[in-house]
Amino acid sequence: MLPELNHEEILRYSRHLLIPEVGLEGQRKLKNSSALIVGTGGLGSPVSLYLAAAGVGRIGLVDYDVVDSSNLQRQIIHGTSTIGKLKVESAKSKLLDLNPDIQVDVYNEPYTSENALRIAKDYDIILDGTDNFPTRYLTNDVAVFLGKPNVYASIFRFDGQVSVFYAKEGPCYRCLFPEPPPPGLVPSCAEGGVLGILPGTIGTIQATEALKVLLGIGDPMIGRLLLYNALDMSFDFVKLKKNPNCRVCGPNADIKELIDYEEFCGVPGHDHEDGSAGSELDITAQELSERVKTNHLKLLDVREPHELEISALPNAVNIPLGQLAGRLTELDSAEDMVVFCKGGTRSMRAIELLSSAGFKKLKNLKGGINAWAKDVDTKLPIY
Amino acid sequence: MPVLRIPTPLRAYTNGKSDVTVNGSNISEALIDLTNQYPTIKPHLFNDGGELRPFVNLFVGEHNIKDLQGVDTPIKDGEKIMLIPSIAGG
Repeated sequence: MLPELNHEEILRYSRHLLIPEVGLEGQRKLKNSSALIVGTGGLGSPVSLYLAAAGVGRIGLVDYDVVDSSNLQRQIIHGTSTIGKLKVESAKSKLLDLNPDIQVDVYNEPYTSENALRIAKDYDIILDGTDNFPTRYLTNDVAVFLGKPNVYASIFRFDGQVSVFYAKEGPCYRCLFPEPPPPGLVPSCAEGGVLGILPGTIGTIQATEALKVLLGIGDPMIGRLLLYNALDMSFDFVKLKKNPNCRVCGPNADIKELIDYEEFCGVPGHDHEDGSAGSELDITAQELSERVKTNHLKLLDVREPHELEISALPNAVNIPLGQLAGRLTELDSAEDMVVFCKGGTRSMRAIELLSSAGFKKLKNLKGGINAWAKDVDTKLPIY
Repeated sequence: MPVLRIPTPLRAYTNGKSDVTVNGSNISEALIDLTNQYPTIKPHLFNDGGELRPFVNLFVGEHNIKDLQGVDTPIKDGEKIMLIPSIAGG
């Protein structure tokens, strides 16, 4: 039995009720439905706002982060007034302001192999708005094991992708991407940047697909992948087929339970920039500021040239990470070298590359130039 | 000649070019031409044994070459080949 709509709800959703494909019954279906949104960031913002506005009866939000000023260029569910607050709480209050008739369940915790099945099992669909590969593989496998549709979207700089992965009726994420790219090949948005509007464009398409699935209308993008590029303003569609060798949804699947996704992807399951945390190669900004007073140190900046316009260290040599392998002859392995980037992730990749090329006297500036700006030279901006 | 569309994460290795015109009558030849034009992209597409890396998805028109003839899939003049990247931002 679908729930009834009261008079206020009938007025609120009148523009839906006028569409024959939705109508009163469709709106009651939405009221009876539930959606779990993994990630309350760039994609999670428009997705949760539109699903709440549309009257999806119960929305779950998973995120463990707090709102940061650098989020607000794209994460429009949060605001200046909620900087420093939990993202799930910031989002919940906005959603309930938009639509007090719905229920918003929040999970202020990382989405992991330990809790994901428990969290996701009571939702009709799962929307993947995460920001890293480990959580994307986890989200996929959870959806496959629970037999639920995984409405997928992903963004990077000007590129976006959308599909509906639903192993019961079509391919899953692993059918297309059996393995993650090697660590460091694909920068995160925190490292590589993202056009602020991009998650809006892509997230609204993702929300559209979720509504179609919940309503059972139209032609959901099962077995189709949208590739969007904002610079070209191009929308390309390709066909996806179930991979007969898929390790989670194929006939001979050998992955029957959730695995260690951070180990599988070789990267931590978050998009923070403290990639150097805990490494014995770390040097803090304060330690470095002392060392440079007495020792000769080579400073290697592996950021992109346009980032040097934001902040730079004097006497640092700039070789962007992507060019490093081809420019090793410009460096002297006999010199003590401190490698840095914006936040410490790319410099760690650079150190791996330099180590494999025989360099030994290496240190990684923990927290990157942003840590230097915070702890040593506060005249530099943090970005 | 066929045109290979390069995803944003790999454009660092093609001097920023989004579309690279390649020579070849099949995917294998097109990729050899691509890596001759831009040698630094090679390790991102192929493993040490010279095989396409599993996360590299190539589509000719709407179809994944894995569903066609793999790297032997023939390509026509002017046909669009898309390299579909793994991206994870959200």
